[in-house]
Amino acid sequence: MPAEATAAPLLETRSLTKEFRGFRAVSEVSLRVAEGTIHALVGPNGAGKTTLFNLLTGFLAPSSGQILFGGDDITGKQPEQIAHLGIARSFQITSLFDQMSLVDHLELALASPTGMGYRFWRSNAQLRRFRDRAMELLDEVGLGDRAGQAAGSLAYGQKRALELALALALDPRLLLLDEPTAGMGLEDVDRTIALVKKVAAGRTVVFVDHNMHVVGSLADTVTVLQSGQVLAEGTYEQVRNDERVITAYLGQAGDAHV
Amino acid sequence: MSQQLTQKVDVELPAQSVIPRARPALRWLMLAVGLVVVLALPWFVYPPVAMDIAAWALFAISVDLLLGYTGLLSFGHAAFWGASAYSTGLIAIKLGMPFPVAVVGGAVVAMLLAIPTGYLAVRRTGIYFAMVTLAFAQMLYFLANMWGDVTGGENGLQGIPKAFFGVELVETDAFYFYYAAIPIILIGVFIAWRIVNSPFGRVLVAIRDNPARARALGYDVERYKIMVFVLSAGLAGLAGGVFSISHGFASLQELVWTTSGKVVLVTVLGGIGTLWGGPIGAAVVVLLEDRLASSGFNGIGIITGTIFIVIVLAFRHGIWGTARNGLTSWLNRRRIKTGQRL
Repeated sequence: MPAEATAAPLLETRSLTKEFRGFRAVSEVSLRVAEGTIHALVGPNGAGKTTLFNLLTGFLAPSSGQILFGGDDITGKQPEQIAHLGIARSFQITSLFDQMSLVDHLELALASPTGMGYRFWRSNAQLRRFRDRAMELLDEVGLGDRAGQAAGSLAYGQKRALELALALALDPRLLLLDEPTAGMGLEDVDRTIALVKKVAAGRTVVFVDHNMHVVGSLADTVTVLQSGQVLAEGTYEQVRNDERVITAYLGQAGDAHV
Repeated sequence: MSQQLTQKVDVELPAQSVIPRARPALRWLMLAVGLVVVLALPWFVYPPVAMDIAAWALFAISVDLLLGYTGLLSFGHAAFWGASAYSTGLIAIKLGMPFPVAVVGGAVVAMLLAIPTGYLAVRRTGIYFAMVTLAFAQMLYFLANMWGDVTGGENGLQGIPKAFFGVELVETDAFYFYYAAIPIILIGVFIAWRIVNSPFGRVLVAIRDNPARARALGYDVERYKIMVFVLSAGLAGLAGGVFSISHGFASLQELVWTTSGKVVLVTVLGGIGTLWGGPIGAAVVVLLEDRLASSGFNGIGIITGTIFIVIVLAFRHGIWGTARNGLTSWLNRRRIKTGQRL
């Protein structure tokens, strides 16, 4: 750990700020995410976590500040460009193509870097070359037996798993997961923790979650955000004993996940 | 028993959440029936009207490529239909080209026009996309009106020949012309089918259902939208070219905004997101208009408008969409009842 912390970070933000008509959703956030680590972003609702994700993946342009990925400035790049650079994300609100089958989802994700999507003159049977890998990914997240089903017909926890598989299909260096366990029952939460642990091997993961059990089980480093600013940072143990963090959370009407 | 129960779930869940697709055998049968109808049409319908149906069918398919498969409502598609109608006519008149060459030329002009339009329009979605396309079509309408030396202004472009390598039957008889021109329409439909069933088509559906997700997967949504817009304009151009050759003239009617509205109506009436919807909607609307016009009835718009409202309110998926859903669930029910495997 310490050795990695001194190495150049895979992801770095410098005074990243996003204002919406005078409201600072993200304010002067400077993050350093070391390669190969799992980094959690926590904070009460409205702390700016999802906005930060949208900035990192190009869905929002920052008002000021910089984003560096692997040492390169990626500030202002479009979402599709960032995806090709090796940052994949899942969405907080499950975001799938409801009428498409699971295997079609993954074929589409796997075809993305190849540029095959532009071939309007070829049969979509071409996409079948990705089928084996698509099935592997579905098996990995436990959806192998539902490959032909439409995404819209999946149960909630399964949709989250498909989100994860889609992000993995891009074989990203950095995986951003926005509330991977939101709205899940206990059993699904533990399954997801195990799954994220498994897929995190050899990757860097940044995730947002409200569930402190998830944060505690997964994160190497935890950054606490409040009102768009970094309140505290450290290991889970350090952060949960931090006075300011305790105050912030108690201030949230005893949002007693801890 | 339990096997039948699980089967029922497996069958019915996707039927609700996926656009149901017929099995291959049924699809070939439908295709064969469709081809027979296309080839037999001028025997039963006045040949110029049959040609109108075919041209409007391809026009509607071009709109559906945007509306049904990409989720973009173009309210200015008359621009491409009309631009090609005029260009095709001009090529045929001034250069004396055989009509298939002129039609292809018209389609190319439509595609060239679609590049800047698409580039501007795809930055917007929903009603704003519709408004940008409408504005562009209106601009073209006024240009055609003002540029009377070339377009004939309000009189339209008259005397477009049906030159066809000196085959006199085709050049003079609408019945034979239909058979000479229908391959162009069928090629257009084939191109649309190819696009819809290509990797590109898969990306389009992804963009329609969830553009943000498509971008997060690395797809350049705007570029795909421009591409499909230009391809769609090309198909509308093929259709408009055939239409103007068939009529022997191109008028401002081809560029006016009600033509853009009519093609959306035809598409929605037939059923969006299915290549069969356009032709069925076109057959209904063109035949109806023809019958009403020849009976001397003046309020055609009231009739087609009423039918449109009824169809949209009562059968959300249009004529073909509703028929297909009904057929699919009937077949599934039957199959479950008889215990047959899918």
